[in-house]
Amino acid sequence: MEKPVIIGVGYTRIGEHWEKSLRDLAVEAALMALDNAGVNRVDAIYVSNMMSGALQDQEHLGSLIATYLGLKGTPACKVEAACASGGMAIHQAFLAVSSGYYDTVLIVGVEKMTDKLTSEVTFALAMAEDREYVVSTGATFVGLNALLYRLYLTKFNVGQKSIAKFPVIAHENALNAPHAQLKRKISVEDVLSSPIIADPIRLLECAPIGDGAAALVISSPEVAKESPKDTYIEIAGSAAATDIMSLHERLDLLTLFASVKAAQKAYKMAKVKPSDVDVLEVHDAFSILAPIALEDLGFAKKGEGWKMIENMDVSLSGKLPTNTMGGLKARGHPVGATGIYQAVDAILQLKGEAGKNQVDNPTLALLQSTGGVGGTVVVNILKRG
Amino acid sequence: MSVPRYWRERKIKYRLIGGKCKTCNRSFYPPRKVCPYCSSREVEEILLPRKGKILSYTIINVPPKGFEKYSPYVIAIVELENGARVLAQLTDIDENEVKVGLDVEAVFRKYSEQSPVGIIEYGIKFRPVLKHGA
Repeated sequence: MEKPVIIGVGYTRIGEHWEKSLRDLAVEAALMALDNAGVNRVDAIYVSNMMSGALQDQEHLGSLIATYLGLKGTPACKVEAACASGGMAIHQAFLAVSSGYYDTVLIVGVEKMTDKLTSEVTFALAMAEDREYVVSTGATFVGLNALLYRLYLTKFNVGQKSIAKFPVIAHENALNAPHAQLKRKISVEDVLSSPIIADPIRLLECAPIGDGAAALVISSPEVAKESPKDTYIEIAGSAAATDIMSLHERLDLLTLFASVKAAQKAYKMAKVKPSDVDVLEVHDAFSILAPIALEDLGFAKKGEGWKMIENMDVSLSGKLPTNTMGGLKARGHPVGATGIYQAVDAILQLKGEAGKNQVDNPTLALLQSTGGVGGTVVVNILKRG
Repeated sequence: MSVPRYWRERKIKYRLIGGKCKTCNRSFYPPRKVCPYCSSREVEEILLPRKGKILSYTIINVPPKGFEKYSPYVIAIVELENGARVLAQLTDIDENEVKVGLDVEAVFRKYSEQSPVGIIEYGIKFRPVLKHGA
C-alpha cells in the first residue's frame, strides 16, 4: 500500500503574538499550507489543540476554523491528546487518507497561551494528568517531570550537568531557525544557575510558554501525483499508544511504555530500524524527557540516553541530529501545535531547506509526540520520496 | 473542584481507599473497576496501609492556581507497605530532610481553601514516621 503524502506546509513564528487571536494564528498557518499544496478545498480538517477551553473559553474549534477558512460544509473537529495532540492529529489524518475515505486532509495545530496568566496556564497544562487524584494535591506538570528527573539521576548515577547539555544544544540550533521563539545562546552554567521551578528542574530546562500555529496538507499518493512536485514527503509509519495515565502507578517509572510501543509499531510499518533514522524530533518539554526518549525509541540502552547528549551525538554535527530547529525547548512549545512543528522542522531537513542547520542529505525522520508524562505517545516516521 | 465532585471523592481521599486485584494481587490508588496492570475485573476495595517509603519527590516552587500561598511544598510518590503507590504532599518535614527511601506515614490534613466562602479540601498527606520516645 502506498502511504499518505504531505503536500503542503504552513506555520507561524512562535512567540508572544499579543496582536493575534487563536483563530488568526490557525488561519495564517492553514492558508500558507493550502497555498503551498496548491489546493483550495480539502475533504476534512483536524484542528489539534489542547487548551482552548481553559485558555480561551472556546471549544468547537473544528467549526470555528472551517468557518474562518471559508470552508463551510467541510467535516472538521478538534483532536486532543494533551501535548501529543499534534502527533495524534497527524495519526488521524494518516488513518483517514489511508482508509481511502478522504483524499486530502488539512491539519492545523494551534495553541494561544499568552491570553492567561502563567499560574492559569500552569493549571491548564496540569489537566494532562488526573485532576481528581493527582492534580488536586498541588502537583504541577513540571513537578511530575521532576519526580522522573530525580529518579533518573539517582538510579543511573548521572549528574544534572549531563542532562542540562540538551537545552544548550537546543538553543544553539534555534539561533538559525527563523520561526523559533528563543534565539539566545545559553551555557550549561546558565541552565544550572537558573531558578528552580520544581526541584531539580531549572527554568532553562523547561519549554517556554508561547503562541503559534502550524499546518499540513496530507493527501493520497494518487492526488499528490496530480500536482507534480520535486520532493514528496511520505508518512511511512504512524502509530499511537497509551500508558497508565498517572506516573506513580507505573511499575517502571523510567520507561515511557507508550513511547516504546508506538515506536515499535511505527518502525515495523515503515520497515525501518532506529539506525535508519537520519533526523530525530523528540518531545523535550523538559530536558529529562530527551534521554528517556532516546532510550525508549531504541537509540540507546535504558539508563544510557544521557551519554548521547554528553557525547554531543544529538547535535547538528553528531551521528543523530535531534531537534534541529531547537525542539520544544527553544523553537517553542505551543502545545497543540507542537507535534505539527516537529513535522515542519523535519520536512525542512528532508527537503534540504533547513538553511544553516541543514544536515547532510537526510531521507528519514522520526517524530515523537508525547502527551502528559507519557500517557499518550505518537510516533510518526517521515520519508523523502 | 466543584462541591459535588469533591464530596463524591471524600471517602476515598479521607480514608485512603484503594483497589486490590484478586487476579494479579497488585494494589493501587484510587480504586476502580478494572485492574490497570492485568485488566482483570476481579477488583475489591481495600483500606490501604498507612505506612510506606518515598520513591521520588520534588519541591514545587512555582505552584498552580489555588496553591500560591502554600509554596514551596513537597510532592512525593510514596510506595505503601503493600506495593500500592500514592502521589501526595509531604507535611511536618523540613525540605532538607526529604530523601528517597525515607519512611513516612499517612496523616489527615488540609489541602486547599477554594475561596474565603468556598469549601476547604482535605486529604491524606505523608509525614516522617514518628519514632517512639522522640
